This record gives sequence, structure tokens and C-alpha cells, in this order.
Amino acid sequence: MSSYEFTREEFSRVFDGLRARCSLYGPKRFPGRGRFTNTDLVKYAQLNGLEELELEEKSYMSPKSLAFPADETLFYFTGQEFAEAPQDGEGEIVVFLRPCDINGFRRLDAMFLENGGTRDPYYQRRRERLRFFMIECTESFDNCFCVSMKSNTADDYSAALRFSGDSVLVEVKDDEFEGVFSAGRPSGFKPEFVRENRKRVDVPDVDEMPPEMFAHPMWDEYDQRCIACGRCNTSCVTCTCFSTRDLFYSDSRLSGERRRVWDGCHLDGFTEMAGGASYREKKGERMRFKTFHKIYDFRKRFGYDMCVGCGRCDDVCPEYISFAECINKVSATLKEVEGR
Amino acid sequence: MTFNPYRPFPARITCIRPETDCEFTITVEATASMTPGQFFQVSLPRVGEAPISISDFGDDWIQFTVRAVGKLTNALHELCTGENLFIRGPYGNGFPMDVLEGSNLVVAAGGSGVAPVRPLIRRAMDGRLPVRSLKVLAGFKSKEGLLFSDELEECQRCGHATVTIDRPQDGWCGSTGLITEHIRALELEDPSDVQFVIVGPPVMMKYSVAEALKLGVPADRIWVSFERLMSCGLGKCGHCKIDSTYICLDGPVFNYSRAAGLID
Repeated sequence: MSSYEFTREEFSRVFDGLRARCSLYGPKRFPGRGRFTNTDLVKYAQLNGLEELELEEKSYMSPKSLAFPADETLFYFTGQEFAEAPQDGEGEIVVFLRPCDINGFRRLDAMFLENGGTRDPYYQRRRERLRFFMIECTESFDNCFCVSMKSNTADDYSAALRFSGDSVLVEVKDDEFEGVFSAGRPSGFKPEFVRENRKRVDVPDVDEMPPEMFAHPMWDEYDQRCIACGRCNTSCVTCTCFSTRDLFYSDSRLSGERRRVWDGCHLDGFTEMAGGASYREKKGERMRFKTFHKIYDFRKRFGYDMCVGCGRCDDVCPEYISFAECINKVSATLKEVEGR
Repeated sequence: MTFNPYRPFPARITCIRPETDCEFTITVEATASMTPGQFFQVSLPRVGEAPISISDFGDDWIQFTVRAVGKLTNALHELCTGENLFIRGPYGNGFPMDVLEGSNLVVAAGGSGVAPVRPLIRRAMDGRLPVRSLKVLAGFKSKEGLLFSDELEECQRCGHATVTIDRPQDGWCGSTGLITEHIRALELEDPSDVQFVIVGPPVMMKYSVAEALKLGVPADRIWVSFERLMSCGLGKCGHCKIDSTYICLDGPVFNYSRAAGLID
């Protein structure tokens, strides 16, 4: 492990050198493309130069689509033949991301590579190409509560970067990138992590959630508030649910595809079964289901919480539902229930 | 990819037997090791994929009993003998055959829930699953909805089965009334010494379990099977998760002592 220092201009050249050998992805600003008039959209996209890397704002969507795209072809059909969809591209992809999102990938790995003892090959082949360059994050954005979720720190990265004024400091952990940075001046740089968020949540410390918590009236307010748009699911770095969909081409009905598309526990139709029966019709029940998964039952299976506290669900909710406040409400209600 | 768990294999249809107006049993050629209560992901290219439980199997064949109620199942209804079905599996745990062996076995199934317990009943009937005694309760909405009528009739003749329809109908001289009433009327020598399997629509399972408990059957001797529309069968797609349990991995068959705590 070694650390280097560059000026922005020097680092820009390093960045271009890196770009020559692999694809670079990071948060990028799209002016005027935001949801409201005269606002920008920040999302993960391919970077063509250092100046495109957005460091001032949290991305609207997470980087999870790099390993788990919103819409992915699994098979191509010709008549009765199933042909595996080929990999779209080869080579390494360097992703510039923050500690919470690195922890998010750890949770995606748990679901796609560990759960049920089967490795999802489509996820795996994309995931193996990713290399993480951690953007040092010492100050919270709005709605961040990573410290409460213990995902403010990360060590699974190839390199860590601090952008400070005109200087760029780099810690290199992965030998394969040592050569890329070796032109820099040696430094003692070690990344720091945010130690306190403005938003704090009280994660319930419970092994078995009492049944009263499932039917508790605390969920009723979400029946009215939530409109089942699923933005909290799609923006979440740890939501992994999907549905498979087959389609055929309109000009060749014998040809088509089997795709998997993101699905979400807040969306209508997620629990639909044969003959039209379904579960969790009420939005409050869906909120309860999601909340417990993120801060309670995932932990029972894997030993740590699913939610990483990136706060994107709160950033994007059109009904201003705060997931952070919901967690606090669960803890407060649980204390009431247990105290009875 | 060296191994792709999403890739189904073609299975040639050797027989299609209509059961009711909209239900039919498809037999396909396939060799796989499985146990009653498990399911396959069944698909047709360009139409879709859905989990369907095994309604019986042998060394080189599998049967699926399907109700045409959706995009895929309607398309399955159109298939002919000689065509291919695409399947992957089996998935799930299946019934605990070691526990059921040698027991006083009671099976209560409603509607399409009879399909997953059919391999159990057939094995208990012909001795492949040795049991001390067998009692089958099969409930249907109407006589038109009767599945596996010949087999259930045979089972009735041997004194093992009660087949009931919800309300009396012209031309039906068998039992009537909801299955719960028939569970209530069961004369069990020792309710604490049975293994009680209950499979059917959610409401039927809920009230049938309640009746079985009232009879004095211990919760840990009741077995239920859950249905979910899953997209993977592998613990990835999230559709079948309840609390930290995945129906496709840990079920679909659950001991009631565990199922009781699963809140959707």
C-alpha cells in the first residue's frame, strides 16, 4: 500500500491514462435534466475526463446498475433455442464511489453470490469487472445516515482519493494500479471517514421482532402517504428484487428474449400470484416489509443490516416519506411494545 | 458461463390430460431426482416462466397440473403432445418423507392444492411411502372443479378419502360442505400421533390449520405448503421472502410451528 500526491492538472493526466486502459464510471452531472425546472441530474455514467466527475452532490441513482442493470437480457430465443446473452463488453471498469455504496455492493454480493448457495452468473460476470476507487467522504450530504448504519467506513477498494483544493491525494491498495499512480509525489495519505451525520437513526436492536410490530397502527400513515411509485426501491443501492419478462419481436414472432427487470416491494403486482391473489395490498404493509428487510430480517440471515444509510430513498420520495424517520419510529414503537 | 442456473432444459410432452374446463395435467419426459412437494420453474420461450409444483413423477417423467389463469398457463393450455416444455429445478424442500413414513397420515387439500399432495397420496396408497394409516380430505368448489377424480374415487373406495364440494349440486351424491367441517368431524384415535398435511388456498389453509389445532393436533405435526409467484427459485428475485425466510429455499413446505410466525 502506498500513497501519492498530485496537482489537479497532474491527476487529470493520470485519469486520462487510466481511461486508456479501462472504462471509468462515476457520478456525473447532466445540466437541466433534473426532475424540476432548471435543476440538474446527477447519475452514474461513463466519465470522459476528470472534470466530469461530480464531487459536490450525491447521485440520484446508485451505482448498482453497473452490476445489476434495470433491464438485462438473460437469453435470446430463436424458435426453441435458448442462447445465453453475451457479455456487453470486456475489461475492467473503475467506479468512483463513496463508502456507503461500497458497502452497498457488499450487500448486493450477499444476495446475488451467496444467498441460497447459488452464484448468479449474470451479476457475477459484471461484478468481477468492477474496481472501486473510493471518494473520501468526510461530510454528509442531505439525508445521509451512514454512521448509524455502520457503513460510513469501507476498506474494500483499489484506491482511495481525496480531492482538496488543487491537490489530489491517492492511497493505492491494489497492486495492479500501483503503476498508474507511481509518478505522483509520495505522501502519507490515509482516507478519513465521516464520523457524524446530521441525521441520526436509532436502529432497533432486536433478535425477533414481536408480532405486534407487524400489525401495528404505526404503519397506517403510509397507507395514505405512499403512492407505490417504487422510487425508494429503484434508487436504493441494496434493493435486488427482480422479475423475469419474456418478449417477442413484433417483426419476427419466433424470436425474442427473456429479460430480468428491476422489481420492488412497494410496486403494485409484486406479490401477485396465479389467479390474481396477492399479499400486502396496503402501502403501509409494503413499507413495513421493506423497512424490516433493511434493518431487521436481512441481519438475521447475514449478520449485518441491509440498509447502508445513503439516504437516496429520502432524497427521491415524491411524498416526502422519510425512511430514516420510519426507522426511528420502529425503534420508539418497539420500546413501547416491549415495555408493555 | 460454465453454469447458468437460469437455463431451462427442454422436456418433451408425452401426454396432456384434461382435468376440468381449465385445468390439465401435462406429462413430460425428464429424469431428475426429486421429492413430493418440490416445484419446477416451467417456461415457454417468449411467453414467460412460473413456478409449478410437481403433481407426480417417476424415474423418467414428471407431471404438472396447471390451471389456465395467466399468460403462461394459458399458453401451456394450447400445447400438444410432442411439443416441448422448458423446465429447471426441482426447487424447494418438499415434504419431510422421513417424518411422514410410518405415521398416521392425514392429508387435507383444497382445489389446486391437491396437485402438490398427489405424489404423497399415491405413494401412501401403493406402499412406496409406508404409513400406519391414511386419511385424505379433498375439497373442491364444485363437481366441475374436481381434480384427479378417478384416483380420488379409488382412494375413497379403499376408505381412505373424503371428497367434498362446497355446496350440494345436482348429480353429486358425495360429501358436501367446506373442508374445515370435515376436518372438525375427523375421528382421530390419537390426535397427538398424526402427521397432518394441509395444502390449498391461503384462506383454506388458515382455517384448516385452526381446525386441526382444535382437534388437538400439535402444531409441530402440521405441515403446510406456500405458494408464491417466484422469478428465480434460487433466493435472488425476492418475491417469496417472508421475514428472513425464502419460500423457494426454506420451503415451500413448512412445519406449522415455523409457518405460524411467518407474517407476509
